[in-house]
Amino acid sequence: MPHTELPAAQAQPESLSDLFWSFTRLALQGFGGVLAIVQRELVDKKKWLTREEFVEDWAVAQILPGPNVVNLSLMIGDRFFGLRGALIALAGMLTFPLLIVLALAALFAGVADSPHVQGALRGMGAVAAGMIAGTGLKLIGALKQNPMGAPICYALAAITFVAIALLRIPLAWVLLVIGGSACAWTYRQLGVVHKIKPRP
Amino acid sequence: MNLHLTLTSADWLALFVHFMSLSLLAIGGAITTAPDMHRYLVGEQHWLSDAQFTSSVALAQASPGPNVLFVALLGWNVGLNAAGATGPAWVYGGLGVLVTMVGIMLPSTTLTFAAARWGHQNRELRAVRAFKQGMAPIVIALLIATGWILAASNADQASQWPLWLLTAINALLVWRTRVHLLWLLGAGGVLGWLGWI
Repeated sequence: MPHTELPAAQAQPESLSDLFWSFTRLALQGFGGVLAIVQRELVDKKKWLTREEFVEDWAVAQILPGPNVVNLSLMIGDRFFGLRGALIALAGMLTFPLLIVLALAALFAGVADSPHVQGALRGMGAVAAGMIAGTGLKLIGALKQNPMGAPICYALAAITFVAIALLRIPLAWVLLVIGGSACAWTYRQLGVVHKIKPRP
Repeated sequence: MNLHLTLTSADWLALFVHFMSLSLLAIGGAITTAPDMHRYLVGEQHWLSDAQFTSSVALAQASPGPNVLFVALLGWNVGLNAAGATGPAWVYGGLGVLVTMVGIMLPSTTLTFAAARWGHQNRELRAVRAFKQGMAPIVIALLIATGWILAASNADQASQWPLWLLTAINALLVWRTRVHLLWLLGAGGVLGWLGWI
């Protein structure tokens, strides 16, 4: 079955340096995690990816070991420019943030005990938590095109949320049991769709 | 308090190998292996103090960029401890950053690169599509759950309901509006600085 039922992303990076600076900008805007920014910039603004492609890539980036946004930048860089693109995207994601975090470590050594600084960190932490949750809420719309059907997707998402956030079941078990069942069911559904609507 | 220690090349190699081995276990992000890093660096080898470990994680969360940079700070601090009073601090610190970051990144990024490329080349395969689309509801729920868990670790008592409220308002703003995310972070920082939350 062709991949064309998803609307193709309209745009792509112009050059390797566009890729590098785009990921640098993403990384420098991302306090307490970069994902919310990646979705906003690459999907909503630059349109390098559709929302559906983003969710699919994010699934791969999250399930493979390693830092999720680093995995994601590697995959996107590779998609547009091959191995060079992957390394450039990775460098963009890490170079300046690394320099900044080392500089902050040097500066912060003196003021870490200040109640103002701790309060500001607490406030930014609460905002960052909301940003990550809000990005998840926004992506729910991408489930409408899922072969399992929206109601089953919503139910799976709700079960996963309860298992991870409230019951604190280890991630590996959730991925294995809930994720495994979902993949098996999708595999079956894709076969059904294929039989009903055969394509040339 | 900084520690003063002498690390042999065998010690640096052991640090590198340990972080390489953690790399492939870091499903869901490098932060999931932080408990084991603490056990190894602070408990077993005594290369870092407890305070250095905690502040490394907190600082990396508060600064821009991927959270994996807490690993770089751990390496930096191990290097500073190894430099002692006499060694050139930034050389040792840089060596620590290099050893820990390459260790934690090399295995996982190599695997991701190969697996994602294979998956993309075979994206029409029914099994690949079933994996990506089947996982979609789970990974979306994981994002919302991560936000929840971060909010809960921020506000561990009921009296801290303003923090929960701030998190909820921001989740709504990100979901429903296009307001620039740095404004939101700035506002949160100011509210916290003033002691209102």
